[in-house]
Amino acid sequence: MDFQKFVIILMSSVLVNNYVLRQFLGICPFLGVSKKLNQATGMGISVTLVMLMATAATWPIYTYVLVRFELEYMRTIVFILIIAALVQFTEIVLKKFIPALHKSLGVYLPLITTNCAVLGVTINNINDGYNFVESMVSSLGCGLGFLLAMVLFCGIRSYIDDKVIPESLRGLPVTLIAASFVSLAFFGFNGIVG
Amino acid sequence: MKKQSNWSILFKGILLENPVFVLILGTCPTLATSTSVIGALGMGLAAAAVLICSNVIISLLRKVIPDEVRIPCYIVVIAGFVTLVEMFMHAFLPDMYDMLGVYLALITVNCIILGRAEMFAGKNTVGKSALDGIGMGIGFTLALLAMATIREVLGSGTFAGIPVPFLYDNPISVMKEAPGGMMVYGILIAVVNKLTNGKLIKKKSFGCEGCPSAGICSKGTCENTAKEEG
Repeated sequence: MDFQKFVIILMSSVLVNNYVLRQFLGICPFLGVSKKLNQATGMGISVTLVMLMATAATWPIYTYVLVRFELEYMRTIVFILIIAALVQFTEIVLKKFIPALHKSLGVYLPLITTNCAVLGVTINNINDGYNFVESMVSSLGCGLGFLLAMVLFCGIRSYIDDKVIPESLRGLPVTLIAASFVSLAFFGFNGIVG
Repeated sequence: MKKQSNWSILFKGILLENPVFVLILGTCPTLATSTSVIGALGMGLAAAAVLICSNVIISLLRKVIPDEVRIPCYIVVIAGFVTLVEMFMHAFLPDMYDMLGVYLALITVNCIILGRAEMFAGKNTVGKSALDGIGMGIGFTLALLAMATIREVLGSGTFAGIPVPFLYDNPISVMKEAPGGMMVYGILIAVVNKLTNGKLIKKKSFGCEGCPSAGICSKGTCENTAKEEG
């Protein structure tokens, strides 16, 4: 049964190979939008959704179009265009049909086009040779891992914000150093998936 | 826009507006590929090549590209050059290609390149844009090399593969891993802050200034965040 495999892929992408904390993908939104809990969750959920949609679109296109016509080298261009179009499309659809959701998630969508985690997950799925279902599971895992990292770090940041910090460390440097400790903590998950 | 001499355009990317330590752009590749000096050099040069080419082309096309769709156009130009660099590396430097892995393709969404296209190449002449690309490219490579030197010497006890006495037997392997990268980056920014009395680094946190998506989302998150921060 493949179920076990799915669990392994999911756990490894959420915890062991966490995109933000272990692979440095999507650092900009991680540091930029993690100040408030509602923003962090909004961004995390939007990234998860876009990752799932992007994988659902890019995997079939790569496998059935690019590979068939031996255009694998066009991967980067095609993927980024698909992602950009998808994000734009989602924004328009949300705005038209679910304005409430657009209000809470819509603002994050344009920022996601240039998020390297989304392009990264689509390319990694192809490089790892996952089939369609495995790719979707892995994207879900990466998105959830991103959400987890954002929410965790948001808590730590609210704690840092009201502490007295030396002048030159204030702002970005202390945030990065705090992120490094969170990342160190995630080392505890090493070996959880055999 | 105030007039800048060609020399200042070239050199500002190296020091005064260093993309990594001052403009704080391109964090992801900086952290990911600075584990070894060789990898950092490869990444820096690859990104510099893409940056120079895309700056020139975008500057040439700046009067043709309609304003509303400029970001997608920039992305296509950049992705094209990234693909060229990828194919070139795959053919001539296969070891480097394997070492950089997915991060090579991710040059496409590197904030430095899109950021410079948006901030500089879209508004300036071809010559100036090329100089800006060269300066920013050198600045990025040097910053990556600085980070990689610290991380490789402490983390693996080698410099570009050559063992360093004492440290080789006692490597601090966490420096090679993710936490070491973030810590070194944080400390280096703090050092730049300290040396310049906080005057140089204008961006205290990740804001919209220099965010490549600023053009698309000018009325979205950025304003909201600014309001909340203000």
